[in-house]
Amino acid sequence: MKCVTCRGPAVIDIRRQNANYCVDHFFEQCRRQVNRAISDWDMISPGDRVLVAVSGGKDSLAIWDLLVELGHQADGLYIGLGIGDYSDVSGQYAREFADSRGLLLRTIDLPGSYGYDIPSGSRAARRAPCSACGLSKRHLFDTAALEGGYDVLVTGHNLDDEAAVLFGNTLHWHTEYLGRQLPVLPARAGFPKKVKPLVRLTERETAAYCVLRGIDYLVDECPMAAGNRHISYKEALNDIEVRSPGAKHSFYFGFLDRAAALFTPEADADREDLTACTSCGAPTTAEVCAFCRLVDRAGGHHPSAVPVQLSRGPAAGASRRPSTNEES
Amino acid sequence: MKVILRNPRRELDITGPRTVINLLAELDLNREAHLVMRDGELIPGDAALSDDDVIEVRPVISGGWA
Repeated sequence: MKCVTCRGPAVIDIRRQNANYCVDHFFEQCRRQVNRAISDWDMISPGDRVLVAVSGGKDSLAIWDLLVELGHQADGLYIGLGIGDYSDVSGQYAREFADSRGLLLRTIDLPGSYGYDIPSGSRAARRAPCSACGLSKRHLFDTAALEGGYDVLVTGHNLDDEAAVLFGNTLHWHTEYLGRQLPVLPARAGFPKKVKPLVRLTERETAAYCVLRGIDYLVDECPMAAGNRHISYKEALNDIEVRSPGAKHSFYFGFLDRAAALFTPEADADREDLTACTSCGAPTTAEVCAFCRLVDRAGGHHPSAVPVQLSRGPAAGASRRPSTNEES
Repeated sequence: MKVILRNPRRELDITGPRTVINLLAELDLNREAHLVMRDGELIPGDAALSDDDVIEVRPVISGGWA
């Protein structure tokens, strides 16, 4: 296979584009796709302070790397979820990435600061582990972005993630979710602006990006996620994709172009009922928000001190940003 | 060739020669859901594999963010 751009030896084939790329032109392609997503959806403005939700997996490390390469000022936030060795190792990959580049990584330790972990907390609260995990992460990422004064919160959702969520929401006609399944959710009271700059790249491409960039990431699957519906939807879509390259892209971007707006009124109506949680102040449709109810049922507590820890490791070369005194 | 699979980690011995595409088909693995590497280097679908190779087949599907 030869690179579609330079005719040199290709290292990856992208069938939905009917194109193969060498290393350099694959990087160029990834940067182009991320830049286009940012531009098309007005995700990040020059000078914005960006917080990247970092898991230690391929997607979050790839987008953090790509944003820095594209000149954005981006810090990371890692949440230790207390999922045994999996969390220990994922945190290690996140710290090593930040250290190697002199980037600021904020960390929140869920068991240490909130008194519960995902395995035991989800059992106590009688929630599916992925549900308790997603709820905890959304709340903590939102809160950290707002309290840290960030202009935008970036997540590593890729095309496969978005197509799989759309597939599930369509299968069950969760129309209230379809109206807000967008690459950008604007800031509003109690919520930061949230963006997904990887929506134009598949997870095979983000994994390849990490391998080729020499980014070590956690390959092993989360032990709590094995067999969940999200993965089965991805597998179903990949079975279609291999027979019909481009199907995932057409499904998701066709939805955005032709259907998403039809569901916006229902999503907007849901948002009108929000009030402040009497416990933590976060937006909620109930008296106490879902996160505080989870903490309570899981036998946890709210932290008595500021839970976010900050660290900036030594860069391999010069630091991209001046050092701060935030490590307090 | 030695083929290393992940999630769970295991190893298989498979005779060559064959291409990456043929190897994935024989293992009944979806091309869209895996990367194939030889000696840690990413290789494309038409790359020829021989008996002496050590190959990693790396899954790319993740279930996080649910």
